[in-house]
Formats: sequence, structure tokens, C-alpha cells
Amino acid sequence: MYPAAFDYHAPKNVKEALGLLGKLKDDAKILAGGHSLIPMMKLRLAQPKHLIDLGKVPGLSGIKADGKALVIGAMTTHWEVESSSAVKSKLPVLAEVASVIGDPAVRNKGTIGGSLAHADPAADWPAAMIALGAEMVCEGPKGKRKVGVDQWFLGLMATALKEREILVQVRVPLLPAGSGAAYMKFPHPASRFAVVGACAALTLDKQGVCSKAGVGVTGAGTRAVRAKGVEAALVGKRLDAATIEAAAQKAADGVDVQADLQGSVEYKSHLCRVFAKRAITEAVRRAGA
Amino acid sequence: MKLPVKMTINGQKVSHEVEPRLLLVHYIREVVGLTGTHVGCDTSQCGACTILLGGQAVKACTMFAVQADGATILTIEGLAKNGELHPIQQGFWEKHGLQCGFCTPGMIMTAYQMLERYPKPTEDQIRHQLEGNLCRCTGYHNIVKAIEWAAEHMAGKK
Ligand SMILES: Cc1cc2nc3c(=O)[nH]c(=O)nc-3n(C[C@H](O)[C@H](O)[C@H](O)COP(=O)(O)OP(=O)(O)OC[C@H]3O[C@@H](n4cnc5c(N)ncnc54)[C@H](O)[C@@H]3O)c2cc1C
Ligand code: FES
Ligand code: FES
Repeated sequence: MYPAAFDYHAPKNVKEALGLLGKLKDDAKILAGGHSLIPMMKLRLAQPKHLIDLGKVPGLSGIKADGKALVIGAMTTHWEVESSSAVKSKLPVLAEVASVIGDPAVRNKGTIGGSLAHADPAADWPAAMIALGAEMVCEGPKGKRKVGVDQWFLGLMATALKEREILVQVRVPLLPAGSGAAYMKFPHPASRFAVVGACAALTLDKQGVCSKAGVGVTGAGTRAVRAKGVEAALVGKRLDAATIEAAAQKAADGVDVQADLQGSVEYKSHLCRVFAKRAITEAVRRAGA
Repeated sequence: MKLPVKMTINGQKVSHEVEPRLLLVHYIREVVGLTGTHVGCDTSQCGACTILLGGQAVKACTMFAVQADGATILTIEGLAKNGELHPIQQGFWEKHGLQCGFCTPGMIMTAYQMLERYPKPTEDQIRHQLEGNLCRCTGYHNIVKAIEWAAEHMAGKK
């Protein structure tokens, strides 16, 4: 399948990329790993007249720890996250999420920034970013701005990224001592996209009481959401099996669950509850409770 | 608008002018003439088009040739040396890891990266790493055995 013809641009830095974006406006699309955009172009669901490839812009990939957060360049591939020693030692749940995205070849090309900018309703990263409270750093003609994850996902494949902006970094706060995090997904058998995925990040105090809970759910609706009801039912409690079970019952509340080829609204709502429970249970175990 | 691209494929330098929308897999097969890399699904699912780009397994149907400008590529044709099969190829022979052979080039290139990352893979690791490669014939058992065979023989050589 051949996509519609386009002109290709390979800027050497972010400024040049922003200049092209400003000049070409709606006719242009950013190309990152291409593993969402190129399939859409082959099906002619997307027909940009210009592609601005970030692949040759230095400095947009890599993972750094800056005290309180892991700072991940937008062009960092899923495999780079999966195999990063900084990730494994400081926030291993990110490696866990990366390792279940697609397949090894998809992980070698697909990027964290591309996934968060694309906001596929079945993408894995969104659930983890919500659970961990990440911030997106966008760069536009007027400089950089940060957008909190709760303001990021606006709807089906829609984000707070503005037309002339590029997502340059994702900042993921580190978890305090006494925390545990886990991601559990029900993968689509062919593509491995999340039919439903749930990520839980929990902090327990010395008495084993949950002091902070972040729970994100992806796959079931048009966008990933924070499971606020679940979080509220965890905070302030000792997380025994009955408490976890009761909290997880709220996992589909606030999700605009969509029936599709993968299942009915009822079935997918059920999966939200099951996978939230599994993620919370594992996060508690990892927190050492 | 055609753009110049240069790359090194199996040790040979190649350069051409291509349309930006030319997929890397079509460049390799139709422009360079290396037809060992296959096109199965053309929708990023089957892995028949897997090649190594800068040492990493990628699906060449989901990338434009212009993105690979300056890259070093290894395809199935680059594995055998002086008429001697690579141990992974030999493993597929010994363990009957193919039937029609359509998926085999992609399977072998994926296995190549796998054994670099995980020289002693468990069966579970092999199956997880093969998730992006579909085979309509073998049921995968013999492919797993072929990769296990290769892992043993490659370890022996080091
Ligand atoms: C077979 C297959 C299986 C997959 N399975 C999964 C899965 O299980 N889970 C999952 O989460 N994903 C999955 N994916 C999607 C994959 O992770 C994509 O790589 C990812 O969603 C998009 O990242 P990309 O770098 O490829 O972006 P691209 O495809 O290059 O871009 C996607 C969109 O985002 C925009 N964009 C990209 N980067 C930026 C940026 N820095 N700033 C502004 N805009 C930008 C582009 O303009 C485009 O509109 C799968 C893909 C394939 C092909
Ligand atoms: S032809 Fe590329 S993945 Fe099937
Ligand atoms: S051997 Fe026929 S598709 Fe795998």
C-alpha cells in the first residue's frame, strides 16, 4: 500500500522543526517512530502533504534522572525505556509498561512522545502516565510549557498539544519510599494493543495505610482516564483483599466504555474492574505491605 | 520530489533517488533487488518484512526509505558467509523450523536480534520476542526449537 505523495523534511534541530511547522501549518505532520502515522497513511486515513521527521533532531531522546523525576525525551523509543538501567532502578513500572507494547520491532521504532501525542484509546503509556502523574513538556514558537497529564488527554486521539507545538519531554515523578506500582493489561491477540489496561501506583505509610494512590485505565473508552473512585476508595485504608476488591469495583466509573469488535460495554467494564484489581494487588505486593 | 538516499545493505553501499513515500521494504526489494525480505500483511502485523536497521529489528513495511538515509542494514541475504549458513539458519534447517518459508526471513532476523539481547533465552522469552512474527504453517513449536538450537550452537562458538 502506498501512501499519498508528500514532501519530506528532516530538520536538524527543534527550532528548525518549529519553523517548518509554523510555515506549513495544517499541511504538515510530525513523524516520530511512524508506527501509528505510517499505517494510517498507508490506509490513506491520513494524507499529510508534508512530513517533518524528528528522527534526525539530536537531543530529543534519552532518559535522565533529575532528583525528583525521570525526564524522558519524546523521541525515546519504547525499547530504550524497556532496557534503561535508570528506569529499572528508579521507576521499574515504566519498563514493565514498555515491555508489553506491541512486539520487539514496534518497540524499536515507536516512541513515548509519539504515543502520548497520538493518544490512541488503546495505547499503554497513557494509563501509566495518569497513575504516576506525569507532565508533558511542549515546545512552541513562544517557548516551552508544561501540561499535567490530567489536562492532556481531551478525547479520541485528541490532546492539549497545540497546532504549532512539539512534545519534547515527558517528566515522570519518582515514587517515594514505601511505594509500589504495576501495570496489567489484556492484550489484543493480534496487535497487542490494550483491550483494557490498568496501572496503579500506591504509597503506603509505615503502618501500611495507603497515603497516595494513582490509578489510570486505558483501552475501554475513547481516552485513558484517572479512576478517581478507585483512588478515593484506597486512600486512608489498609489495603487488604476486601478493600482492594471494593475499590476495583469502581474502575469503570467515569470511563466512556465503547462497545467494539473486542467486546460489549458490559464485558469491557468488567475487564476494567478485573485488571484494576490485579494492578492494585501487585502494586501493594511491590510496596512491601 | 525525489530525494537522494544512501545506505549500507549487507556491507554493500547503495545510493538512489527515491520518492519520499517509497517504503523501505519496497526500496530493498524492488530498487536494490534483494527479494529475501518479504511483504506479508503490509499492515505492520506479520513481521515478514523484518530487517535489522542499525542492529535493531524493524518492520521495513512501516518505515520510509528516506528515514533510513545513512543507515546500516542487514537483511536475510547478509547472514550466510562463504556459502555457510548462519547458526540461526542452520537451526531452522535442523529443527524443521519452516514449511512454506514465507515468514522465515522475518523470523530469522527477529531471532538474530533476540539472541543478541538474550543469548540464553528461555522458551517463554523466545515466544514473547516472537510476538511480532506470524507463521501460518508451523504452529511455532519448531521455530522455538530452531532458535533454541541456534542459541546453543552460538554459545558453543564464542
Ligand atoms: C503492530 C503494532 C502494534 C502496536 N501495539 C501497541 C500496543 O500494544 N500498545 C501501544 O501503546 N501502542 C502500540 N502500537 C503503537 C506504537 O506504540 C506507536 O509507535 C505509538 O503509538 C506512536 O509512536 P510513534 O513514535 O510511532 O509516532 P508516529 O506514528 O510517528 O506519530 C503519531 C502521531 O503523533 C504525532 N507526534 C509524534 N511525535 C510527536 C511529538 N514529539 N510532538 C508532536 N507530535 C508528535 C504525529 O504527528 C502523529 O500524528 C502498535 C503499533 C503497531 C504498528
Ligand atoms: S509486511 Fe511488514 S509487518 Fe507484515
Ligand atoms: S512457514 Fe509458512 S508462514 Fe511460516
